[in-house]
Amino acid sequence: MINDSNDNRRYTISLIMVAVCLIYIIRLFSIQIVDKSYLEQSQNNAYLRKVIYPSRGLLTDRNGRLIVFNKSAYDIMIVPREARGFDTLAFANTLGITKADFIKRMGIIKRKSGYSPYVPQLFMSQLSDEEYGPVSEKLYKFNGIYVQKRTLREYNYHNAALALGSIGEVSKKQIEADDFYQQGDYAGQNGIELTYEKVLRGEKGEEILLRDSRGRVKGKYEDGKYDKKPVPGKDIELSLDIELQKYGEELMNGKIGSIAAIEPSTGEILALVSSPTYDPSMLVGRKRSANFAALSKDPLKPLFDRPMMAQYPPGSTFKTAQALVLQQEGIITPNTAYGCQHGFHAGALSVGCHGHESPLNLKHSIQHSCNAYYCCGFRSMIDNRKYKNVSEAIDVWKNHIVSLGFGYKLGADVPNEKRGYIPNSSVYNKIYGENRWKGLTIISLSIGQGEVLATPLQIANLGATIANRGYFYTPHLVKKIKGGEIDSSFITRHNSTIDPKYYDVVVEGMELVMISGTGYYSRIDSIAVCGKTGTAENPHGKDHSIFMAFAPKDDPKIAISVVVENSGFGATWAAPIATLMIEKYLKGEIPKRRKHIEQRLLEANLIKE
Amino acid sequence: MDRRNENILNNIDIWTIGLYIALVIFGWVSIYGASYNFDDSDFWDFSQRFGKQLVWIGCSVVIAAVLLMLDVKIYTTLAYVIYGFFIILLIVTLLVAPDTRGSHSWLVMGPISLQPAEFAKTATCLCLAKYMSSYGFTMKNIRQMVVMCLIIFVPMLIIVAQNETGSALAYLALFLVLYRQGMTGIVLLLGVCAAVFFVVSIRFGATPIVDSIPGENLGMFAIMIMAVVIALSMVYFYYKDKTLVKTISILGVSLFAVGIIVYNYLDVKIKFSYLAYIVVGSLILYLLSQAIRQRKWGYFLISIFVAGSIGFGHVSDYAFNKILQPHQQTRIKVTLGMENDLKKSGYNVNQSMIAIGSGRLTGKGFLQGTQTKLKYVPEQDTDFIFCTVGEEHGFIGTTAVVVGFLALMLRLISLAERQRSLFSRIYGYCVASIIFFHVAINIGMVIGLTPVIGIPLPFFSYGGSSLWSFTILLFIFLRLDASRKEYMME
Repeated sequence: MINDSNDNRRYTISLIMVAVCLIYIIRLFSIQIVDKSYLEQSQNNAYLRKVIYPSRGLLTDRNGRLIVFNKSAYDIMIVPREARGFDTLAFANTLGITKADFIKRMGIIKRKSGYSPYVPQLFMSQLSDEEYGPVSEKLYKFNGIYVQKRTLREYNYHNAALALGSIGEVSKKQIEADDFYQQGDYAGQNGIELTYEKVLRGEKGEEILLRDSRGRVKGKYEDGKYDKKPVPGKDIELSLDIELQKYGEELMNGKIGSIAAIEPSTGEILALVSSPTYDPSMLVGRKRSANFAALSKDPLKPLFDRPMMAQYPPGSTFKTAQALVLQQEGIITPNTAYGCQHGFHAGALSVGCHGHESPLNLKHSIQHSCNAYYCCGFRSMIDNRKYKNVSEAIDVWKNHIVSLGFGYKLGADVPNEKRGYIPNSSVYNKIYGENRWKGLTIISLSIGQGEVLATPLQIANLGATIANRGYFYTPHLVKKIKGGEIDSSFITRHNSTIDPKYYDVVVEGMELVMISGTGYYSRIDSIAVCGKTGTAENPHGKDHSIFMAFAPKDDPKIAISVVVENSGFGATWAAPIATLMIEKYLKGEIPKRRKHIEQRLLEANLIKE
Repeated sequence: MDRRNENILNNIDIWTIGLYIALVIFGWVSIYGASYNFDDSDFWDFSQRFGKQLVWIGCSVVIAAVLLMLDVKIYTTLAYVIYGFFIILLIVTLLVAPDTRGSHSWLVMGPISLQPAEFAKTATCLCLAKYMSSYGFTMKNIRQMVVMCLIIFVPMLIIVAQNETGSALAYLALFLVLYRQGMTGIVLLLGVCAAVFFVVSIRFGATPIVDSIPGENLGMFAIMIMAVVIALSMVYFYYKDKTLVKTISILGVSLFAVGIIVYNYLDVKIKFSYLAYIVVGSLILYLLSQAIRQRKWGYFLISIFVAGSIGFGHVSDYAFNKILQPHQQTRIKVTLGMENDLKKSGYNVNQSMIAIGSGRLTGKGFLQGTQTKLKYVPEQDTDFIFCTVGEEHGFIGTTAVVVGFLALMLRLISLAERQRSLFSRIYGYCVASIIFFHVAINIGMVIGLTPVIGIPLPFFSYGGSSLWSFTILLFIFLRLDASRKEYMME
């Protein structure tokens, strides 16, 4: 009706439409009339793809003791579209729930995002063998009900809950980040279970079953030709000594704090106690969420992984590190002696000390934990003319300390590790102004107080570094992965910036601590233990008791740090716990002479009700 | 008023109405078949879908009646206002819509959920018709071209952002309208080529040409062959240059014949893609020499097209494998039916083809289909509704539906062509194009010919938004058509 030059294009467009429709009709003809295979397939084409979950890798300790293994659990799945025509009441009774419960559960399922009435939905999770046994033969009567077998964790030892971690249902975020997971799957949520999730989980298998037009399973598709067998997860041998771990938890019972024990020659973690603790089996199965909620509300924070995450001023244990740095920088020699008049006094500033002879040389300053010695030494380093200014001095100091494992995450294979804190020049320049401060201003650093913070693992690692006379391996919990390799970062030696020759005098001082110093009460007659007490000032209450040690003096097998919160001097609580741990690990038992100490510690309850 | 209404009733196209009613009824029957259950004891479904669909159909009748009674001038007068309103509504939806299986396209108002993207198509068609029929509009004005494209692309992009890529792609159908209004056919050709080449390069990018020779890429090979064939057709169509076509064809055919013989009988592992490159190279050189010798710009452009096609194939292959994130790759692969993920689109297509194929000539009979019931195809009454037709009514049923849609589209084109007003004609083409796109993609997907793009089959798929939006789209045009004899001023 309207004249235009493109009039004939109506035919082109019509032709395109006709052509497409014609192609479709030809295609339909070939599918529906020519090809007969579709009819055959339609008779048995209804697949049911069933995921077969692999068994999760087992966890053993360094001596091959089985710690964590698997048990079966059964999820009851329902396909709403198929689940019809059965007696709801009978079904509810079979599972031991009421009909109202059943309706409620169905309501929840239908409101879930991603709900499809054609796909199996989780109706009831994690029935144990005992629960599932009696209902298994009744369930087959109900259409659209399937059972999904899964594996849950079971524990031979009820210890090391936070180090081991637990598994739980995957979050939406985990599903999006990793194609492996589907809604309702389980994955490690913390601890070793999380760090080594990909090692432990294995590979899922799949079974393709055939069903008839009414949904009844008729057998395997093509005799299981396309089925995929699950690949079990790899087993892991942990570096933990689970008996030592258990003993440590018993000693820490009734106390808040932590124990970290490391094998110095490898960096393998022997024990990692966080107290108060809980039984790892609490977070398994259907009671997981209720127990988790209860644990997270507990004011004593049992879910807080203290050896990895708690950060304390390291107190006098830090003097050993200072002794190393001051020697390396040529500020002191083993023969340097400083006087102590019941403390360090400079003008209005005073840092107290306890009674001991004076003056002391380096070795004895460690033995008696002399505050004045380190205040003097540290001050003469920071104010020393050999550095351009105080900023350079503190940064030199900081780099040495960092090389001893402080100030940054060590990189252990336990999630959520904290880095501690070592201040540098810019921190003080910001507070006091550019170089408008001096050694005295920051004198509390010298004795491990003030701004400096360290995790118990870092303190234990300092013990290991001194034990090794100059180097450490990143502490780690995994010794071996069966059929795999541990991370190369765990077999890389980290050398400190301190010359090994400076360690000997520190080791001797630490030995004297146990022979006739602050650790005398906790000595072990048959083992040359080197130790250092510490007390971390706590603005919120009684000081924290800290002890760092390693043993034996020559060829050390264990380095340890113990922190007992709000318990006063290091010598009182932390030191005996540490030496008992050492003795237990090296000798296997506690001699009669020390049984009363063990008894006192096992029974002590320092937690205020 | 009375006389006008009477006039309208007399002028309404009875053929279109008849086809519309037939398709809607057939659609409802299919939904009934798809949602019918063997066992009646349905103890927790709120109500059946075929019941609800009946309500939607009832509403559609009311909507259709209202549209026919409205004054015809409001569509021309309010075209821009309606368009603006829907753009805002789409943006609002994007912001407030809850997450419905990854898409943010549903406006939920109490018990009612609507998908504005469906209705925005009508608004876009009205706006486009109004703009292109306005005085002084010409396909040669760049500024007007830009505005015209924006009218199409703005709602499209918002809908992509809502994660409803399928609905958004339907807007591309409007390029057929532009073609009718004088846009060069090259754009259409290039657009189709780009889409096909992209799909082919990804779909067959990792497939070897011959199984025993790895390292070759069937996707690129297919693109080269297609580019050569299209180029030769263009040379023949525009220049009638038989010598060129003959030379290249003989070169290609003989090269491959020799290649196949060498490969099969002498057992030499020759690379077929090298042969294709030889053909492509000689074609380009030939075209360039013709361009220079005959001083014809077109030869040069055709050679650019060939080279560009090869380049495009490589770029899309590279972009897909190197630039896109793995999860984005997966999403595209799933769309192309290359990978079965949780949504199992590949599995769905396989299931739907089995359902259709098992229907044979006459089908298993109403409510007798077994494949489309109790099965794992989640969209059997929406996007995959055509399965039910195929299974229960066989080849006769499917052909009837395809022919029914074809008749409707051709009828719409013929109605569009009889309009006196440019506005009505453009709008009519919009309606036909959008219905065509939906039918082609939806049925193509179900029978395994097009990628799995989730768009509904007009008048068939379950859902109020879809049925109402197509009803509105269609009946506005019927109203325009009924008044075609009235004097209309744009």
